[in-house]
Amino acid sequence: MVFGLIETVFREGFIYALMAMGVLITYKILDFPDLSVDGTFPLGACVAAALITLGVNPWLVCILAFAAGACMGSITGILHVKLGITDLLSGILVMTASWSINLIITGGTAIFQFFKLPTIFNSGIAKALPPALYAHRQVIIVFLLAVIVKLALDGFLKTKSGLLLRAGGDNSRFITSLAHHPGHVKILGLAIGNGCTALAGCVLAQLNENADVNAGKGMVVMALAAVIIGTGVFRRVSFMKLTTMAVCGAILYKACLQIALLLGLPSIYLKLLMAVLLTLSIVSQKIGNKGGALNA
Amino acid sequence: MHEKTNRPLVELNHIKKTFNAGSVNESLLFDNFNFSVEHGQFISIVGSNGSGKTTLLNLICGSLMPDSGSILLDGHDITKMPEYKRSAKIGRVFQDPSMGACPSLTILENMALADNKGKHYDLSPGVSKKRIDYYRHQLEMLRLGLEDKINMPVGLLSGGQRQALSLLISTLTPIDLLILDEHTAALDPKSSENVMELTEKFVREKRLTAVMVTHNLRYAVEYGDRLVMMHKGVAVKDVAYHEKDACSVEDLLKIFTEISIECGN
Repeated sequence: MVFGLIETVFREGFIYALMAMGVLITYKILDFPDLSVDGTFPLGACVAAALITLGVNPWLVCILAFAAGACMGSITGILHVKLGITDLLSGILVMTASWSINLIITGGTAIFQFFKLPTIFNSGIAKALPPALYAHRQVIIVFLLAVIVKLALDGFLKTKSGLLLRAGGDNSRFITSLAHHPGHVKILGLAIGNGCTALAGCVLAQLNENADVNAGKGMVVMALAAVIIGTGVFRRVSFMKLTTMAVCGAILYKACLQIALLLGLPSIYLKLLMAVLLTLSIVSQKIGNKGGALNA
Repeated sequence: MHEKTNRPLVELNHIKKTFNAGSVNESLLFDNFNFSVEHGQFISIVGSNGSGKTTLLNLICGSLMPDSGSILLDGHDITKMPEYKRSAKIGRVFQDPSMGACPSLTILENMALADNKGKHYDLSPGVSKKRIDYYRHQLEMLRLGLEDKINMPVGLLSGGQRQALSLLISTLTPIDLLILDEHTAALDPKSSENVMELTEKFVREKRLTAVMVTHNLRYAVEYGDRLVMMHKGVAVKDVAYHEKDACSVEDLLKIFTEISIECGN
């Protein structure tokens, strides 16, 4: 029972960690409160459902879902950078537009099921697992994915492009001094952030073997809480990378929700609890910063 | 093409610049303003608040656009060129030491970013190991011991250290023009002297053309080849070389006082 619970926490935690790492880029590194995440998470799910039904390789579907999310993220960036719309409103516009786009992808159904088709959890690597591990294939695969995305992001943040991205959130004037358009850095960051988010949606859909157009509600809150908890709790651990903090934050956050449900919290209270948890993590971080200003 | 070498590096022609256009606070700062900077010249600009000296820098850098008139850099019309594109050829150090580098990145990462200025920021390694010795060597010139702290985030440095680093960063790649926007104003006297000495050293050794705005009349007199005093969008005094050498802080203060009396203060 306890072991099953822990496995659930890790299985879902690693999926949301994919999104948390994306939001880490937009919120923590670029200082951009990106609300389009609520739309790109189900976008990834809908892309997964549509393509898997068409018989596309499920791992390729993951890559395509990332690409679809990256496109939506760039639109948020373009609305903000090129058209001068505020960061929050750009996200809201894309989030709202995604609703229709997701329904177009699923052909108008709110819940698109694709049972008994090959997914990353029942074909390829999953099938090749030794029988003893097969029962835990879901948590193993999401763990693998989280590690791959973490390493890829860590690697990217050390490249010239990645350094420029980190500089962009820190001091956009410096980007201008480097003869680079500061807005283009934002668009790149939003593309990566929403790509990761769509990937998370895609993986969750493959796990559940259905895509839910409504799955995005509260994703911004969940991802922000994971990032703020992770970077807050582990900030004194100097050797820990930001991406690792985001992954740990996502798992801690998921554990909190699971424990609350286990203690008998009716599931209708879940979103309320999510909002309260985010509020608490922001407030505690503020106190940790000795009342320093926080732009959350 | 042959004329090009004889032309000034920077030319501002018939510049008009109004602030708060169309409102009750509308104020005309520059009206048919002309200004040029010769190749290799180090200019100090002084003037009271609102005299137009920072606006002049902002027009050259592209942070502000003129209402009319043209701006040329090395013979090319850059009037409509956005600021970030001009930055490829112009280095700038701001009054606020936190503007010149990224606080959360290390000294090494900041240097590596600056070293790549004007090139593509691609997926190759951000910090090239081969260049680290070169960066250390450059940092040694600041004589602040920063070469031993290359992995320290810039946010942990003092204002004076950051400003010296900003100066180094802005001159790391070849530039046509160095803009110094009251870059010693926020520093303590000792750091301020050090940054000023470094400025002189870099400008001379790297043979830079520089335009410095300062409130420190002594710096304006001691440093540079040409001294310009601005008042209400007009250069009320403009002296160069031996004429400038004859100019003292007292002379400048006298002009300031005369202007104040004229204005009825």
